[in-house]
Amino acid sequence: MRFSPHTLPVKSSTGRQGITSRWLLIFTLLCITIVVVSTGAKRILSRESKELSADVTGVDQVDPESSEASDKKFVVSIRQPNGPPRVATGMSDLQGNPVTVACSTCHTTRPANHQNTSTKDLDEFHAGMTFSHGSVSCLSCHNTENYDTLKLADGSRVEFTDVMMLCAQCHGPQMTAYQHGAHGGMNGHWDLTRGPQVKNNCVDCHNPHAPQFPKMQPMFKPQDRFLDGPEQNH
Amino acid sequence: MSTKEQSQFPQLPILEQPTTRRTALKVAGAALGLAAFGKAFSPLWSIPENVSIDEFLQQHYKELSDQDKKQVFARLEAEAKENYGANVTISDPQPIPGVRFGYAINLSKCNGNGACMEACNKENNHHRGVNQSYIRVLEMSKGSMDMEHGTTTFDHTVPQDDKYYMPVQCQQCDNPPCVSACPIEATWQEADGIVVVDYNWCIGCRYCEAACPYHARRFNWESPEIPAEEVNPDQGYLSNRIRPQGTMEKCHFCLHRTREGRAPACLEACPTGARVFGDLNDPESDINWVLQNKRVFVLKEELGTKPNFFYFFDS
Repeated sequence: MRFSPHTLPVKSSTGRQGITSRWLLIFTLLCITIVVVSTGAKRILSRESKELSADVTGVDQVDPESSEASDKKFVVSIRQPNGPPRVATGMSDLQGNPVTVACSTCHTTRPANHQNTSTKDLDEFHAGMTFSHGSVSCLSCHNTENYDTLKLADGSRVEFTDVMMLCAQCHGPQMTAYQHGAHGGMNGHWDLTRGPQVKNNCVDCHNPHAPQFPKMQPMFKPQDRFLDGPEQNH
Repeated sequence: MSTKEQSQFPQLPILEQPTTRRTALKVAGAALGLAAFGKAFSPLWSIPENVSIDEFLQQHYKELSDQDKKQVFARLEAEAKENYGANVTISDPQPIPGVRFGYAINLSKCNGNGACMEACNKENNHHRGVNQSYIRVLEMSKGSMDMEHGTTTFDHTVPQDDKYYMPVQCQQCDNPPCVSACPIEATWQEADGIVVVDYNWCIGCRYCEAACPYHARRFNWESPEIPAEEVNPDQGYLSNRIRPQGTMEKCHFCLHRTREGRAPACLEACPTGARVFGDLNDPESDINWVLQNKRVFVLKEELGTKPNFFYFFDS
């Protein structure tokens, strides 16, 4: 009976202190209510949206992952040379385009000389070319039967576009590593169920006549405070 | 107030009572409560000028619902537009179920040219002013395996005959000291092995930087400066979005790329093909072939950090 709502006094007859304390209390209660209500609502909202999202993502993930993507694989393609090289003649045609000729243009009319093993032995053509490829000679790889192609060690013809077969004859370990992604680098996707991959050809990085990877000048330097000379840091 | 009136009107517990010691104590209590309440909210008055209230009140990444994330990402995209003039998309790719990432570097191939550092800088929206990068290419004396004796300041053609080159970045440890060091769980290891940072939760205490034996963590001393046309718009919340000043960051294996099946940016940039990346759980993967067929080592193995990052030589 004492606290029934009808009998709550709206007007009060308390003194100054009573009024202050009442406002204090009302304000505090209001603040607490606001905080409690807002956090509660936030929690309920977030829980609902979590449940919703769980449903959606659950369905989503099943679709591309397990059903068909697992057996379908994208291709790994290897960049290929355009074909037999063309040699610049230093002349231009009427439109001003440089004139190039196939290797066979000259080589069909000139007999092969097996005594020439390096560019050092040449006095007319190709003399300025750097050659530094172990002890192999020109005709280890170039095909005397058809200079627009190359030849394997057993003498069989191989196209310029398939040059990697030629390289792999001697560089077996590199080829094995290449086939397992440990040589040559790649671009694209590590996960072939999600996208294709492109790999370099041997001759993209190695000049066949001087295959050692060239020296480089580092261009990018982070301003790094570590390891910059430990002696001076003390 | 007479005793007769008091009996007619019931009294409220605090308000309607006569001034007694009890009332005074209650009022004092209420005032104290209010003061405590005000104190609890006082941090709101000390928010730095460059931090919005939404950002200040944002929850930890793991507490965010999808709805929260949508709002947070929208806010971050708007901030990128406002501060950098770039239209960016912030995504939140999740770990691929069953995948555990591993990374290996062929030290016989790496020639120290540093293209990986530059690619990292561009891909991950690093500060251009200091050329920040998650990778540090060390020049090492042949015969030494101690990364503490490597130098980063070499400025000559590479490789030098008596040196080899060792890029060091986050090793994505299975037992990460940085995660144990963080006082507020702003950094943790995800299911695919990547150790990530919630840049908005990080308080910038830099304990993790001190804890990392590989010096792989970076601190944003300044807000990154990036020209609008150079901002990479393909951004992940836990990876390469533009980080606020005063937060820690680290290599995240380009998770916005790798969790979508793509290769990390540093791998694609490497002109020597020294980097191998893949799924450790897939027995046919490139990374597993390297682990099974090459002489592989990890950095500072004796510390028991169990890195998912490996180094190997060709022969």
